Amino acid sequence: MTIDWPTLLPLIAATLMGVAILIYVILDGFDLGIGILFSVANGKEQDLMISAIGPFWDANETWLVLAVGLLLVAFPIAHGTILTALYIPVFFLLVGLILRGVAFDFRAKVPAGHKQRWNRLFFLGSLTASLAQGYMLGVYVLGLRTGMLAFLFGALVALCLAAAYVAMGAAWLIYKTEGELQKKAVLWLRSALAFTVIGMGAVSLATPLASPRIFERWFLFPEIIYLSPLPILSAALFFILWRKTFSLPSHDGRHELMPFLMLAAIFALGFMGLAWSFYPYVVPERMTIWEAASATESLAIILAGTAVVLPIILIYSFYAYRVFGGKAGDLTYD
Amino acid sequence: MDPVILSRMQFAANMSFHILFPTITIALGWVLLFFKLRYNATHDAAWMRAYFTWVKVFALSFAIGVVSGVTMSFQFGTNWPGFMERVGNIAGPLLAYEVLTAFFLEAVFLGIMLFGFRRVPNKVHTLATLLVAFGTTMSAFWILALNSWMQTPTGFEIRDGVAHATDWWAVVLNPSFPYRLAHMLLASGLTVCFLIAGISALRYLAGDRSESMMKALRTGIFTGAILIPIQIFAGDQHGLNTLEHQPQKIAAMEANWKTGPNVPLILFAWPDEAAKENHFELAIPDGASLILRHEADGVVPGLDQFEGNHPPVLPVFWGFRIMVGTGLLMLFFSWVGSFYLWRRDSIPNWLAYPLVPMALSGWLATLAGWYTTEIGRQPWLVTGVLRTEDAVGSVAASHVATTLVVYLLLYAALLASYLGVLIHLALKAAKEGDTAPLPAVLEQPLAQPVAE
Repeated sequence: MTIDWPTLLPLIAATLMGVAILIYVILDGFDLGIGILFSVANGKEQDLMISAIGPFWDANETWLVLAVGLLLVAFPIAHGTILTALYIPVFFLLVGLILRGVAFDFRAKVPAGHKQRWNRLFFLGSLTASLAQGYMLGVYVLGLRTGMLAFLFGALVALCLAAAYVAMGAAWLIYKTEGELQKKAVLWLRSALAFTVIGMGAVSLATPLASPRIFERWFLFPEIIYLSPLPILSAALFFILWRKTFSLPSHDGRHELMPFLMLAAIFALGFMGLAWSFYPYVVPERMTIWEAASATESLAIILAGTAVVLPIILIYSFYAYRVFGGKAGDLTYD
Repeated sequence: MDPVILSRMQFAANMSFHILFPTITIALGWVLLFFKLRYNATHDAAWMRAYFTWVKVFALSFAIGVVSGVTMSFQFGTNWPGFMERVGNIAGPLLAYEVLTAFFLEAVFLGIMLFGFRRVPNKVHTLATLLVAFGTTMSAFWILALNSWMQTPTGFEIRDGVAHATDWWAVVLNPSFPYRLAHMLLASGLTVCFLIAGISALRYLAGDRSESMMKALRTGIFTGAILIPIQIFAGDQHGLNTLEHQPQKIAAMEANWKTGPNVPLILFAWPDEAAKENHFELAIPDGASLILRHEADGVVPGLDQFEGNHPPVLPVFWGFRIMVGTGLLMLFFSWVGSFYLWRRDSIPNWLAYPLVPMALSGWLATLAGWYTTEIGRQPWLVTGVLRTEDAVGSVAASHVATTLVVYLLLYAALLASYLGVLIHLALKAAKEGDTAPLPAVLEQPLAQPVAE
């Protein structure tokens, strides 16, 4: 591989896109998960849960726009190929995101009698969007294949990702709430973790069956040695987190952000594993990063802008999270 | 049905729904900043009340704008892969800069603007309001740069069938961009002026005479009265620019079938594309020649010059007339309203009644204008570079049709809910007047709107 700009720029763009997707999955993951948890919370708790995500969800969703935007602008041909193949799940994702996004605002503004309806839509939209994302991931992993096997695999990943999002949501609530709701969140986290582990196990077992290529990528010597830290570290984190759920909520309010950070780390590790499974393809088994990349001068102007603006975005996003740090109270327009 | 038509219908449905909300948030952000600055300067709590009333509308509109905007970012790939394959090198960076410089700015500071009044110093809150307003305007800047480039492309060359940028300044500052940007920003301003005036008029009719409502009403009516003549001028300039760069669009807007001098200005007609003539025509002699060439015998291009290469006449002709007609109504109501507010500091009921439906006049005019310019670009997606039919994807027509129906139902339901909430908020505010506690200003917790 020669090192020059036409080689490097698509690689940088792909890395950035991966990072944007990872940030999206972690950030919108917790607010989608909280949306799913709406179904098991009472009215008062629902208001608190909304307060815990209210100031953030708009910005969280913007990471999806950035990720899809980077796919669109850096790999225009792949964008078309992937999204036409995933037409129906993308449609479900969008309807889900629309419903939950507007329900979030409508529920606070409609006459009291209509609130319950929007609460239900908030749950349904969050669930639909989570499942659709998981399904898309599953089908994408298989190289956008169609057929029964791909569908079943997609459905499995969908359930697994939804469970993982619920775990993220519960972990966020442990950080942002106190008292009864916090205790409930610990229980939610534990159940969601169990489902996530079962789901991930099933996905790991199904992957070699569904895609021999990925299987080979992982189980060849000596790669398997270099790669072993990824699954071992993930398993260790899961185990520690599982143990941790029995000592939370702590009396002095410490370690409350820890479950969320550990889950984020698990997501990051899983993400690296996925990246390894795909590289160098942007459309698995069909199109490499370089085949799909747009012109060098276009990538250069995008990446130059990104290099300047992204750090600023990260700084002011961090500031916003600081402003709304601490326990969530009543959310007011003031 | 033809997948091209279906995909166009789906894009039009998504886009039409989406644009309603940015049209509100772009200008409403600046109006909120105005309310906030007035409050900072005068410490009159009524300004802050107006702010809190309208920030709710902003939050709701923004949320719908975001989620329907996410849909747009997927639509390029799901329905129009040919667009990005052909001109992705140009469209890509413009869209990327919109996300980077606008979307994050508005989304992040929106949280502080909506919920941060007590958590940050007042100056930071004012700054957050400014940054959100600035962000929405930046997003209009980039997306209109792309749209204008699709109408009047410059600064590129085609290599191996793919467009490559040669001069980014020429790409962004393409010939129709300054006109379109001004026209759209003014349209957004007018939409918000009449929305505020209309909702305030509804409160007025419900017996509300509170100072915060009157402040909002005056802001809407007076600003509208100032903006509308500017908009008429900007629209005229935009039309002349279109005549220079896209004469076929002007020919369709005027339903002018033959090139020649002394072309009349058609007020009403039913253009018949098959017969290449107008039925039931009502026209002012030499009018179009005077407007477009400033001479009675000025030669105006007709559709005969663009045989098989011009947009469908009927929708473009009527879209334009609906826009202009709505604009004239805006002129009438804002000026009459200004007269009463200026002389009597109140409005008569006969004026308040029509102001309520006029709340949506901005939406009507904006949609009609966009239909004019976008249908007017056909058969091209990017003028002279890419035809719409060549950009459509290979998705089955049945998929497009099914999803289109669901989108339409969803949008109809959301629109009804949105308007319902606007009316509900207005009537609730009317009932409370300025008597409801406003503890935010008194440094105490506000009765939380979330749990209402």
